[in-house]
Amino acid sequence: MEEIIKIKDLKKHFGTLDVLKGVDITLHKGEVLTIIGSSGSGKSTLLRCVDLLERPTSGNIYYHDEDILAQGFDVNHFRSRVNMVFQNFNLFNNLNVLDNCIIGQTKVKKRSKEEAREIAIKNLTKVGMKDFINAKVTKLSGGQKQRVAIARALSMDPEVILFDEPTSALDPEMVYEVLKVIKDLASEGMTMIIVTHEMNFAKEVSDRVIFMDNGVIAEEGTAKEIFEAPKNERTRQFLAGFKA
Amino acid sequence: MQLDLSRALSIFIDNFDIFLNGILNTILFAIVGTVFGLLIGLVLGGIKAIKIEESDTLIIKVLKKIGHIFTSVYIFVLRGTPMMIQAVFFYYLLRDLVHWDMFTAGLYIISANTGAYMAEIVRSGIQSTDIGQTEAAKSLGFGNMQTLFYIILPQAIKNSFPSIGNQLIVNIKDSSMLNVLSITELFFQSMSIAGSNYSYVETYFISAILYLILTSIAYIALNYFENKLNDTKVNKHMDMCA
Ligand SMILES: Nc1ncnc2c1ncn2[C@@H]1O[C@H](COP(=O)(O)OP(=O)(O)OP(=O)(O)O)[C@@H](O)[C@H]1O
Ligand SMILES: [Mg+2]
Repeated sequence: MEEIIKIKDLKKHFGTLDVLKGVDITLHKGEVLTIIGSSGSGKSTLLRCVDLLERPTSGNIYYHDEDILAQGFDVNHFRSRVNMVFQNFNLFNNLNVLDNCIIGQTKVKKRSKEEAREIAIKNLTKVGMKDFINAKVTKLSGGQKQRVAIARALSMDPEVILFDEPTSALDPEMVYEVLKVIKDLASEGMTMIIVTHEMNFAKEVSDRVIFMDNGVIAEEGTAKEIFEAPKNERTRQFLAGFKA
Repeated sequence: MQLDLSRALSIFIDNFDIFLNGILNTILFAIVGTVFGLLIGLVLGGIKAIKIEESDTLIIKVLKKIGHIFTSVYIFVLRGTPMMIQAVFFYYLLRDLVHWDMFTAGLYIISANTGAYMAEIVRSGIQSTDIGQTEAAKSLGFGNMQTLFYIILPQAIKNSFPSIGNQLIVNIKDSSMLNVLSITELFFQSMSIAGSNYSYVETYFISAILYLILTSIAYIALNYFENKLNDTKVNKHMDMCA
């Protein structure tokens, strides 16, 4: 299948702290890849490197065989194709719900206001937020904010969406509504990398699961392989922590 | 020494046209200074808030550094010297070059001076906006300038509206320093009136009252706009004596 993103021997240091110690990942079209692992293992840093919010220390990242770290690479265009959904939503506080989903389309994709509005409303409907289009984002609940953030990303017609713990900042009763939206995207064939601590969700939605430990990929496999027959001792220990 | 209120009132009535002219000029200088000062502040504050990044090319790094140094020197000089000195110094320094009259020079000086304060206000407003706002914009493909103009500055201006508005009140008062350029604002007109009637106490009493009325109107208007901006009925305290 078509390779969209290919990560090669990616390393990232913050000063003397080695956070990523050589990571290789290939993401195929239509694939749902989830990344699990304990706190501080480098999952967020990895996603942020892919979206170039952090500059890798060394290694390569290819987007359709194009080196995204090369001088002169069109970073903004790349980011408009590969969107990030953040743990803390990061909706634009100066804009209402609808405009949050419009502004990227008109300013980056240069769509007309009318077309952008139509697309925004379509995506807000999809995430169940159509009734809130004129609401101030600060007035929404966490779950509502995250659904708007997903609609904002979808409105860019992205090729890939990167989710960094999309439900970790939510009250438990709101986790479901957000996971439901992501599951729907998965079934529609959206290509996604999802960092999550929701193991049941990961088991259900993933084509492939990566367990990260201390800056490296300790184990990689299908959801069935990782959750039902983990080979690595660290994976077993990590997953044991989630069993009731 | 005492204050004769009826004498004060008759001075006000007899010199009404002169006072009115002074008031109008004071309002003009305060508003022009605040509006253009804000524009200057947006540019300088924006430059100051730009970060030099590892991934920048050398030429970009150098340009950013020059921008930082220029804004720092500008702010240091214009905040660290009296506007009165700035007014006479720049008026005479540039007179032969730009052939300006004192009135025009005064408008430039008060704007430039206000710009130095606004730059600091805008910079701190920019830096107080959540880094997540910038990251979300970047992740959608916004360029640095688009992020600044569509996302960060609107929030920075809203958050620092009290401080920005306060500059209007400061300018109503500080435009009096432009009397050194013979600009007929309220203080200059009061001086001329007092100089001809020798009733210093009564004349300056009237001008103090007039300043107080102007600053109060500005204060009320700013509060009104701030509440509209915040969409709340909460009255926020704004410092009148900057
Ligand atoms: N900008 C930064 N500067 C310095 N250290 C950082 C920075 N960002 C992350 N780190 C450090 O890198 C390590 C990995 O962080 P990261 O956020 O990638 O972990 P994570 O796997 O996402 O953890 P969590 O599950 O808690 O989100 C941590 O020790 C963190 O403190
Ligand atoms: Mg994280």
